[in-house]
Amino acid sequence: MEKDKLIFDKGRKGRIGVSLPECDIKEINISEHLPGHLIRKDIKDMPSLNELEVIRHYTKLSQRNFSIDTNFYPLGSCTMKYNPKVHEKIASFSGFTDIHPLQSEDTVQGALEIIWKLEEALCEITGMKKFTFQPSAGAHGELTAMFIVDKYFKNKNDYRKKVLVPDSSHGTNPASANMCGFIVEEVKTNFEGGIDLADLKEKINDTVACLMLTNPNTLGLFEKDILKVQDIVHKKGALLYYDGANLNALLGKAKPGDMGFDIVHLNLHKTFSTPHGGGGPGSGPVGVVEELIEFLPVPLIDKKNGKFVFNYKVNNSIGKVRAFYGNFGVLVKAYAYIYGLGAEGLKQIANISVLNANYILNKLEKVYNCKYNRNCMHELVLSALKQKNKGINALDIAKRLIDYGIHPPTMYFPLIVKEALMIEPTETESKETLDYFINVMIKIAKEAENNPELLHNAPHNTFVSRVDEVKAAREPNLRWYPGK
Amino acid sequence: MNYIPHTEEQIKEMLKSIGVSDLKELFNDVPDNIRLNENLNLGQSHSELELLKLFNNISKKNYNTEELVSFKGGGCYDHFVPSAIDYLANRAEFYTAYTPYQPEVSQGTLQAIYEYQTFICILTGMDITNASLYDGASAVSEAVLMANRINSKRKVLVSKTVHPDYITTLSTYLVSLDLKLNVIPDKQYVTDIDELSKKIDQDTFAIVLQIPNFFGYIEDVEKIKKILIDKKVLLIICVDPISLGLINSPAYYKADIVVGDGQSLGNYQSFGGPTFGFLATKNTWLRNLPGRIVGKTVDKKGRDAFTLTIQTREQHIRRHRATSNICSNQSLNAFRAAVYCSLLGREGFRKIAKLCFLKSHYLAKKINELDKFSVFFDSPFFKEFVVETNMDIKKINDILLKENIIGGIELGSYYPAFDNHMLIAVTEKRTKEEMDKLVYIFKNID
Amino acid sequence: MAELKFAETHEWIKIEDGKGKIGITEHAQDELGDIVFVELPDIGKDIEKGESFGVVESVKVASDLYAPCTGKIIAVNSELQSNPQLINEDAFGKGWIIEIEISNEDELNDLLNESEYKEMI
Repeated sequence: MEKDKLIFDKGRKGRIGVSLPECDIKEINISEHLPGHLIRKDIKDMPSLNELEVIRHYTKLSQRNFSIDTNFYPLGSCTMKYNPKVHEKIASFSGFTDIHPLQSEDTVQGALEIIWKLEEALCEITGMKKFTFQPSAGAHGELTAMFIVDKYFKNKNDYRKKVLVPDSSHGTNPASANMCGFIVEEVKTNFEGGIDLADLKEKINDTVACLMLTNPNTLGLFEKDILKVQDIVHKKGALLYYDGANLNALLGKAKPGDMGFDIVHLNLHKTFSTPHGGGGPGSGPVGVVEELIEFLPVPLIDKKNGKFVFNYKVNNSIGKVRAFYGNFGVLVKAYAYIYGLGAEGLKQIANISVLNANYILNKLEKVYNCKYNRNCMHELVLSALKQKNKGINALDIAKRLIDYGIHPPTMYFPLIVKEALMIEPTETESKETLDYFINVMIKIAKEAENNPELLHNAPHNTFVSRVDEVKAAREPNLRWYPGK
Repeated sequence: MNYIPHTEEQIKEMLKSIGVSDLKELFNDVPDNIRLNENLNLGQSHSELELLKLFNNISKKNYNTEELVSFKGGGCYDHFVPSAIDYLANRAEFYTAYTPYQPEVSQGTLQAIYEYQTFICILTGMDITNASLYDGASAVSEAVLMANRINSKRKVLVSKTVHPDYITTLSTYLVSLDLKLNVIPDKQYVTDIDELSKKIDQDTFAIVLQIPNFFGYIEDVEKIKKILIDKKVLLIICVDPISLGLINSPAYYKADIVVGDGQSLGNYQSFGGPTFGFLATKNTWLRNLPGRIVGKTVDKKGRDAFTLTIQTREQHIRRHRATSNICSNQSLNAFRAAVYCSLLGREGFRKIAKLCFLKSHYLAKKINELDKFSVFFDSPFFKEFVVETNMDIKKINDILLKENIIGGIELGSYYPAFDNHMLIAVTEKRTKEEMDKLVYIFKNID
Repeated sequence: MAELKFAETHEWIKIEDGKGKIGITEHAQDELGDIVFVELPDIGKDIEKGESFGVVESVKVASDLYAPCTGKIIAVNSELQSNPQLINEDAFGKGWIIEIEISNEDELNDLLNESEYKEMI
């Protein structure tokens, strides 16, 4: 049987996988219109396959993936909830897929309406005043926000060069701040898993532009001192930035705006159920308070005399962070989600996601270590320190979960928890699934004691076993070459 | 809608197990004065039927290119999307998976991206590429930042013929970093190469050109090659991937980094997104690449396997010293490109490119024959060209719309000096009949 | 006889005739795991004590290399480009990283000797 072949090793010259229309005009001699040196003779390394070959190849590949639709996927910080099918259907309407970004406003009123209504909803959810939808992912939203922060201060002739992030922050936070030329400094986490106020006070001064915060934080804990934090930050004239990765826990429960945040980014591909597509497309809209609206990228969407229009007259706009208006197709799904659920449905997301995480925490905190003795929000961070003594690390446990049909949690993050396993069940998983997961985790803890080899060699039944990442990095093979 | 499976009884049972009396108690860490006591002002829930009705109605307010005939391009094109792409990209194993951090359960996505990387390398003629970026504009920006990691001088030269949104995006990316951006003027829709040559100085680290450029024309690559001999600047070229079926790859004219937007490769226009950006370069600069990269290796048993690799460049390891902050990219759109390239293959890809070229030249010639219109023919073009006239372009487009045609881009909206200029794009989808109709309407406009 | 000294940042320096060969310690390579890449500086470059002169990388960690003392780089171990695992196999020998001409021998007094380093780890 044919196995493991790349698409480039398949097919036969002369085949084609799509039937194209014949040329219905008189052909001209291309070389009369294109200088010879510009003409490409052939793309000879491209494969030649028929449609069935292509379908079978990629269908087989699909079967080597775990996905939400096939497996429990408790990947912490990623909010891998169910992606409703009706959204896919809606987003595939030709009125959404087949529209050009530069059509006249009159011909895209429906598209502008979706963006406008989504913006209204997100403002209500977060307490912000205006959103931009250009950012194409969470990190892109962070970067956009940093550009806004930078311009806000420069506009006041107040040159601030520092951004603070907690030591538990996502890697994207410091990376985004750095891409905008800021110097990044870390603030410590206290014994309760919150931001250390004493350390914050010591590090904040009038050279600090912004504190980037995730709430609930990456330990899955609510920042209890958030109002004190906002006070400390604002007293020094700095801005408070909300990384929306964990908004799922707070939908309809509390608004970042009420906590004192000035600028937020949301992850529509997390909180608002748009599928992650094996790594994207996402969408990372950025919302701001009144004072920062003038810095948002152009265009904004406004409503004038009952008609939706583009507004390019934004006084101090940072410009653009990509072409056109963002990942529109993703916005359609996010708005459909909010419209479908309504206020009550959104609040129930927060309730049940937090319930699910605490249910797991309660059942597993005796079997695994838990650094902070508190109720968690929508996710929990366990530590495999107990198992580490037996020579089993977080990685082994994560890989063993695969044998039970469960996607591993996020591992070794946040960095301040040793042997971390970050588990986010989400609200769409049933109690039966959670019970299964809990039982498996208990079983694995026993296996760690009695049969550590089983874990070291896991997973056992996947298409490939553990891969040689050292070889991958030492001898980079990043593409196929003919004849190799 | 409701996607929560819990029964009331189960909720009670779980609360009891946790040791709290009600759901509210789980939120005790949230201070009272910021806790919402009332529901958000977002209305009630709606059924699936209601959802479909509402969105169907909204979608119908948009004029779509499935029903109308479009001549709009400018970085987003009405190319044909084969059905097999939707079928495969809609497989839940692909679209409901996360980033392939766990290689053992992500071989499907990983191998597909490895194949995508290969397709991009074949098309661009470069050695390596990453697993995708957000779009063409952000890809240009990432390329310039990458060039600056390789050559730490302070100035980048960008041709005015590069997509104006890409230039705006780039300047947003550069402004906080104190890097200088100089825009090189055009001379009749192509870069003024003499001016470019004069502007390259000791302080310049990179040049950005687009080929075919925003106006559809192909820059004088022989001349560019000549002026860059012995110059220590990086040449960044932004391309339309479809054009690479007919036009020599940027490797031929010594590009250092090749970027572009991948919408043309099997992705819908979708009002401008999601598409994806690509960035390809030489082996030497592997460690400077932004974003994820998939590599081929073996598993414990020696079988071929794929994994994310060279990750120490990335934000989750290097944090503030990463080559880029990018985490989520546009994986599913890149996947669509891989399927698109597989379906078209060696012959199909060339055929599409040829059809675009032949049809656009047919239409350009026909329009040029009209009294009140002229087409700029002095530089070669691929699938887009500029039409000059004395008439108001907006008025022309209004007339076209009444005949179910979405006209070309009004260049005046980007460049005041080009007020009476229209940028027309012709893809393989346009028929002789459709093009003749456009010409007929043009001819009869007073 | 060459003298071996250690920096708190886990570099070693073997000093002989005003020159010093620099690498990372056995302990450091063990902590990092399989080294997959070493970023080497250019020969002829001046480096200051405490300055980062390169990077060693494992699959999931990138670790800066810091100069134990000020000097001019006179040689780099280019063998590491194709065989970074030499650091894992022979950290104090074939896994050396750079050689410098020491410009201020006084700085060497700040470094640890073998027993002090062992104490530290």
